[in-house]
Amino acid sequence: MEHTDLLIDWSRAQFALTALYHWLFVPLTLGLTFIIAIMETIYVKTEDIWWKQTTQFWMTILAINFAIGLATGIIMEFEFGTNWSNYSWIVGDIFGAPLAIEGLMAFFMESTFFAMMFFGWEKVSKKMHLLSTWFVAIGSNLSALWILVANGWMQHPIGMTFNPNTARNEMHNFSEVFFNPMAVNKFLHTISSGYVLASVFVIGVSAWYLIKRRDIMFAKRSIIVAASFGLISSFYMLISGDESAFEVAQKQPMKLAAMEGLYKGEERAGIIAIGILNKEKKIGDKNKTFLFSFEIPNALSFLGYHSLNAFVPGIEDLIYGNKEHNLISVSQKMKEGQIAVNALTLYKKFKKEGNVSKAKEALRTFRAHEHYLGYGYLKTPKDAVPNVALTFYSFHTMVGLGTWFLILFILVLYFAMINEIENKRWILYLALWSIPLAYVAQECGWIVAEVGRQPWAIQDLLPVGMAASNIASNSVMVTFWLFTILFTGLLIAEVKIMLTQIKIGPEAH
Amino acid sequence: MMETISLNALQIYWWLLVSVIGALFVFMTFVQGGQTLLYTLGKTEAERDLIINSLGRKWELTFTSLVMFGGALFAAFPLFYAVSFGGAYYLWMSILFCFIIQAVSYEYRKKPNNFFGTYFYERLLFINGSVGIFLLGIALGTLYSGGNFIVNEMNLSHWTKTSYGLEALLVPFNIAFGFMLVFLSRMQGSLYLYNHLDNKALEQRTLYTLKQNTMMFFPLFLYVMGSMLFQIGYSYDEHTSIVHTESMKLLHNFMQYPQLAVILVLGIVILLFGIYSALFKLNRRAIWFSGLGTILTFTLLLFILGINHTIYYPSLADLQSSLSIKNSSGSYYTLFIMSIVSLLVPIVIGYIFFVWRAMDKKKMTIEEIKSDSHHY
Repeated sequence: MEHTDLLIDWSRAQFALTALYHWLFVPLTLGLTFIIAIMETIYVKTEDIWWKQTTQFWMTILAINFAIGLATGIIMEFEFGTNWSNYSWIVGDIFGAPLAIEGLMAFFMESTFFAMMFFGWEKVSKKMHLLSTWFVAIGSNLSALWILVANGWMQHPIGMTFNPNTARNEMHNFSEVFFNPMAVNKFLHTISSGYVLASVFVIGVSAWYLIKRRDIMFAKRSIIVAASFGLISSFYMLISGDESAFEVAQKQPMKLAAMEGLYKGEERAGIIAIGILNKEKKIGDKNKTFLFSFEIPNALSFLGYHSLNAFVPGIEDLIYGNKEHNLISVSQKMKEGQIAVNALTLYKKFKKEGNVSKAKEALRTFRAHEHYLGYGYLKTPKDAVPNVALTFYSFHTMVGLGTWFLILFILVLYFAMINEIENKRWILYLALWSIPLAYVAQECGWIVAEVGRQPWAIQDLLPVGMAASNIASNSVMVTFWLFTILFTGLLIAEVKIMLTQIKIGPEAH
Repeated sequence: MMETISLNALQIYWWLLVSVIGALFVFMTFVQGGQTLLYTLGKTEAERDLIINSLGRKWELTFTSLVMFGGALFAAFPLFYAVSFGGAYYLWMSILFCFIIQAVSYEYRKKPNNFFGTYFYERLLFINGSVGIFLLGIALGTLYSGGNFIVNEMNLSHWTKTSYGLEALLVPFNIAFGFMLVFLSRMQGSLYLYNHLDNKALEQRTLYTLKQNTMMFFPLFLYVMGSMLFQIGYSYDEHTSIVHTESMKLLHNFMQYPQLAVILVLGIVILLFGIYSALFKLNRRAIWFSGLGTILTFTLLLFILGINHTIYYPSLADLQSSLSIKNSSGSYYTLFIMSIVSLLVPIVIGYIFFVWRAMDKKKMTIEEIKSDSHHY
């Protein structure tokens, strides 16, 4: 069955919707579980009941967030089957394993110790309870590890071979999949960004108490823990972000070009610190790329290739090819890909007919061209370009906000340490209004990673157009709107409940 | 070591694991069964709070079991994952919606300013426990009764009915399977609450709902078992892989492997004993017998589909597209690697057992909930 553009669009829209909703809740869980574990450790060490109360308050907030995170998360796993069934077969042999391991190693740990963490205060010893809290934190982060191993593989598929008999990719080296540099960096960058969000959240909520001049002790203690945690995480996030960009430059040059709005490749390429894209700019025309821009010279060459003079290919170099820098055009790759697709079809046909020699010949042809198999399914070379504006602005928003959070942590920690934080109301307001910004940064990060690699479900191997389930687009449209209504309703409920709990405050615990 | 284990052995091992996880999930649906009994058992708000808080300590394990069941199927039998989830779209999506609404309902039900009100979340829990489990039963029923799919030479599939799986709701066997699971979950829910709660009024009512639901469950169970064993089944030729129908295929499988038949019978007997010991001996620990019986019974009912050249997911649209563990599994390497990972299962079971025991040492009372720092 031929996939229609409408079906692909609805399938992508639904996946984007559910992923973006899910990602509203996961980063807070990733970070808050650790912040809570640190607070409870202080309680167990000092036996100061204030720390217990502080821990229990943040646990209540965590529980509200955790529940909706689970609700929006279950669909993500099953959507690979329901909406991307071709994908499930073509790469399920590699992709399914980390998902199953995630369930076994992470989900059970999280869900089992979750009950003890919330309800076991009076049922188990202090140390056992503390252990359960740490297990929940470790479990939730382990879950991120395995899903990002899977996602990293989608960005940079290694450790597998294509089996023409089963017409799918099959894993042949698990350690290559697990230690995929893209996966390792993704994991470190994602969890550290989650820690940053959670720190901003705790600081922002605590700042609100200080603005209202209530629960002062609780707020100041929470701020010190969160700002310390956030500051360390921020440095870690910067380092892992730098490593991620390096990997993207090597493995996904088109994504890097889109992130920077780089149409024509150049040596000693600079990073656009601030820029407004020219809407009229099209691939291959003479229009200026930016209406306004401020550039840091040589920085992109250094970021992408760790050399100030390196050549960074632009979108047009990647589309049309660049002989000087040994870049093959997309149309050439498409030709090779189409040869591979046809050879695979012939191989299956001859094999079914029992024509061994012709099947062998077709297989040889396939093997010679399979490197570009995915390009064989593209319709035009420009299909290989992601949405530049969305990727560019998301990337720059994410980086800008990430930098702001680092500054915020330094300021907040400094004033908290000299015991002046409650008197610096401008900082408190900045901290409070940084909470929504942290969520914006998270969503932008996800957009950069996922929109930036379009049209690929699996980089260079499987375009999204080939990966979708063979169902009517109307069916996906129906479920898209149902998800929109349901998740929006649940989000409103979650925000109202959380705000009410914050207003009630830690004294209730 | 890799050379000593055959692909067939790994496929059977993984089918067994999937069967065990599926059966564990069926047992864990006592949470859903309990949810449907919320208003039948809980006559006052305090009683309903007690029931919710008792079930609320376990709901995540059930949820995780379902996720694990899906994950194991994806990893070990990706063609089934692609064919069934991608084809029976409306059926699986309906199931997922029923589980999405469960995840928030416990936590949000009694929270102030919860937007929809307590009753709304309680209704969601009822839908999850009734419609969700019924639809899951329908989906599991299609493993025996079949689905309308075609798999092409590239192993890509499509569904031939535009109702995308909802047509399975019209098959009597599937309907019976669905209701059977609903009543089983309510039986287990009654037994769980009977075991976990310290409340005189609820004790009597749980025994009454146990009796009621047992009376509904057993005729359906007999019908489902009879249909499975004595109706047409599907098998494939070992050498040519050609699929054909075979009358009473599952019965033949049990006859060929009598040890499996013995375990099945044992499972049913233990399940019956559990119910008997609760109803007639007032044994609070009856849930463990009925639970073990349920796990053994459903493991066998699923496992028997994967052995002896049996088709576990017949295609009603094109018989040759039908799925067996042979033509739908992951590669040898992937199954082997995951088999190594599966050695962690005893550790997981160990800490679940430890936490369960630590948390359930004392029966739950209304007073305990009131004094607890966190409750639903």
